[in-house]
Amino acid sequence: MATLKELSRVEERFVGGHRLCAGCGHGISVRMILNAVEDANVVVGCATGCLEVASTIYPYTAWNCSFIHNAFENAGATISGVEAAYRALKKRGKIDRDFKFIAFGGDGGTYDIGLQSLSGAMERGHNIVYVCLDNGAYMNTGIQRSSATPTGADTTTSPAGKVIPGKQQPRKDLTAIMAAHNISYAAQTAINNWQDVHKKAKKAIEVEGPAFLNVLSPCPRGWRYNTPDIVQITKLAVETRFWPLYEVENGKWKLNYKPKKYVPVEEFLKPQGRFRHLFKPGNEHLIKAIQEEVDSRWLALLERCGETPELPPR
Amino acid sequence: MKSKVALTGNEAVAQAMKQINPDVVAAYPITPQTEIVQIFSSFVANGEVDTEFVAVESEHSAMSAAIGAAAGGARAMTATSSQGLALMFEVVYIAASMRLPIVFPVVNRALSGPINIHCDHSDAMGLRDSGVIQLFSENAQEAYDNMIQAVRIAEHSDVRLPVMVNMDGFITSHAMDVLEVLDDETVRNFVGTYVPEDYLLDAENPISIGNFDMYDFYFEHKRQQVEAMKAAKEVIREIGKEFGRISGREYGLIESYKLDDADVAVVVLNSAAGTAKGVADELRANGVKAGVLKPRVYRPFPQDEIREALKGVKAVAVLDRAETFSTCGGPIFADIRNVLYDLKNDIKVVNYVYGLGGRDLRLEHVAQVFEELENIRKTGRVDETVKYLGLRE
Ligand SMILES: Cc1ncc(C[n+]2csc(CCOP(=O)(O)OP(=O)(O)O)c2C)c(N)n1
Ligand code: SF4
Ligand SMILES: [Mg+2]
Repeated sequence: MATLKELSRVEERFVGGHRLCAGCGHGISVRMILNAVEDANVVVGCATGCLEVASTIYPYTAWNCSFIHNAFENAGATISGVEAAYRALKKRGKIDRDFKFIAFGGDGGTYDIGLQSLSGAMERGHNIVYVCLDNGAYMNTGIQRSSATPTGADTTTSPAGKVIPGKQQPRKDLTAIMAAHNISYAAQTAINNWQDVHKKAKKAIEVEGPAFLNVLSPCPRGWRYNTPDIVQITKLAVETRFWPLYEVENGKWKLNYKPKKYVPVEEFLKPQGRFRHLFKPGNEHLIKAIQEEVDSRWLALLERCGETPELPPR
Repeated sequence: MKSKVALTGNEAVAQAMKQINPDVVAAYPITPQTEIVQIFSSFVANGEVDTEFVAVESEHSAMSAAIGAAAGGARAMTATSSQGLALMFEVVYIAASMRLPIVFPVVNRALSGPINIHCDHSDAMGLRDSGVIQLFSENAQEAYDNMIQAVRIAEHSDVRLPVMVNMDGFITSHAMDVLEVLDDETVRNFVGTYVPEDYLLDAENPISIGNFDMYDFYFEHKRQQVEAMKAAKEVIREIGKEFGRISGREYGLIESYKLDDADVAVVVLNSAAGTAKGVADELRANGVKAGVLKPRVYRPFPQDEIREALKGVKAVAVLDRAETFSTCGGPIFADIRNVLYDLKNDIKVVNYVYGLGGRDLRLEHVAQVFEELENIRKTGRVDETVKYLGLRE
C-alpha cells in the first residue's frame, strides 16, 4: 500500500479552484478516491449536487480528467453508457488507452432519485465504480431530508418542530442493498481513516465488474458542527458505530474496524446543530431510540460478517 | 445494389440500424417500438452487428446511457415511443444541449392518460422544443431512408444534434410494406465512420461536459443551438440529394404534392399524407385543384419552403394528430399560420385535429376536409377555425 508521502506526489485529478464550502467532505473524498487510480485514464461521472455545481462552473472545471455531468438521477446510466462506448471503441480499434470509470453521486442522487439507474448499472455488470458521497441530506438545495438522513435529524423538510422532532424514519441501508446486487465489491468507508478509503478505492477500481463505495462525507453547513472538526466528527461516526467500516467482497462480508469500547451515539450527535433539539430535557427517549437503532444494526452487521454479535465493552 | 423486400416499419428501421452498425445502442421496450429492440437484440446475439447493446432498466436510462456513450465518442442510438419518450423528456434536452449526434427512432403513440397504445403524435410534439431535429416518415421506406440520412445529419460538423426519426405506431410500424433496401456496403459507405471532435475517451485531451452554466453563458449556448438548427436545413437538403444519388430517392425538407396550381391544400405529417394524396388525386380527376404538403422535417421548421409552397393557395387545412389544449388548435396549425401571416395573401387557414389514440383517418374524412376548404375558397368565410375529424360529438 502507498504511503501518504507517495500519495502526495500523485498527480491530482480533482484540483483547486472549485467552490465547495471550506471544509466540505466531498472534495476530500473525491481526491482520496481518485488518487487510488494507477496507470489509467479516468472518466468521472457526476450526479447533480454540491460536487457538480461547485466544480464545473462554466467556463471552468476543477477536473483534471474527463468529466461528465448529465442530470440528477442518472449518473449510473450515464457512466454505463461511457463504459459501453469504451468497450465498443476498444473492440473496433478506435482507441487503445486504458480507462477507469468512476461515478460520484450525493446521497439524494443515489439513495433516492438515482437508485433505479444505479441498480440497473450494477445489475448489468458494467466495469465501473459508483461512489456515494453521503452527507445525509440534499445539501445543494438547502438541506432537505433524504432516505440517508439519520433518525432525528433536523432538516428543512424534516424540521424539528413543536410536535415532530426531526426525521422520523431510520436510514435506508444502501450499502447492503448494493451488496444484494451480488456485485464484485461493495464497501462503506469514511474519510477519517485515509488508509481505509485508499484500500477500498483501490479494490473497487481494480476488481472486474461493478463496485460500490459509500463514503461518509460530512457537510459542515448541513450538520452544523465546527468546520475544522471534520476528521473528529467523522471519527465519532465510526467510533459510535453510527457508520461502521465494512466491505463485501464477492459476497463475503467483512468488518474492517471494531471500536475498542462502547462510545454512546450521543457523542456523535452532540456536536451537531442538526441534533440539538434531541438534547432538550424530556427528549432522552429519542436519543435512547437512536442508540437502540445503532446497536441493533451493529449486531446484525457483526452477524453478517461472521463475528460474535456483541456490543463493545463499556 | 438495391433490392425490393417486404418489411414492416419496425423491421425496416431495425434493418437500417443493422447496416449502420452503431457503436452503442441503449434501449428499453415499449409498444409499438418493442420489435425494433427485439430485432436489434437478435442481430447482436447472432453476431450480425458488433454493437454494444445496453439493455437498460428504463427509457430515462436509455437516453442517459446514449448520452454517456455519445459523449464518450461513440455513435450511439436508442429508440422509443410515447411514455418512454415522456420519461426521457429531461435528458433529450440535455442530449441536444451537449450537441450529441444521437439518432433515435420514435414510433409515434398517444401519451397517457388514459393509457392507449395506438398512434398519434402527442409524444413527438411534446419534445418539439427540446432542440432535437425531428424527421417524419410516411411509410416504411421513408423510415428506413430517414434513419440512414439521420446519422449523417446528426454528425455533420455544422449540426451535431440528436435526430428523432418518427413513424406512425402500428400504421407504419406493424404494417407489411414493400420497400427498397440498399446493400450493406452502400449504407456503410454513405454513413462513413464517426469522427467525434471532443470526447471523454480522448486520453490526450480530457474534457468536462455538462458543466454548470449560469446567466453569463447559458443564453449564448442556447443561441448556438439555434444556429445549429438553422444550419441543419441546408445539411438536410444536401444529404437528401446525396442520398438520392445512391438510392434514386431524393429528399428535401418538405414534400409538395400537386401544390403548384392548387387552390386548396392539406398539410399533414407521416402516414396520413398518403391518405391525403390519394384523396387529392381523386378530387383532381373531378376538377378540384387539390394538393398536399407533407413536412418531412418539423424541427427545424422549414418556414421558407412552406411559405413558398403555399403562397398561391386560397385555403389550407392543417391536420394535427396532437392536441395542445390551448383551445386554439394543434401544434402544426400554429406554426403554419404563423408562417403564412407574412404573405398578407389572406390565405384562409383552418385546423383539424384527427386520429388521437389511433382513431382511423378515413378517405372520406379527408374528402370532407377538402370539401370544406372548397366552400371556404368560394365563400371566403370560415365558420369554425378548429374542428375535430372522425370524432363523436
Ligand atoms: C430531477 C431533479 N429533481 C430535483 C433537482 C434539484 N436538486 C439538485 S441537487 C439536489 C440535491 C442533491 O442532494 P445530494 O444528492 O444528497 O447531493 P449533495 O448536494 O448533498 O452533495 C436536488 C434536490 C434536480 N436537479 N433534478
Ligand atoms: S453545502 Fe455542504 S455538501 Fe455542499 S459544498 Fe457546502 S459543505 Fe459541501
Ligand atoms: Mg447529500
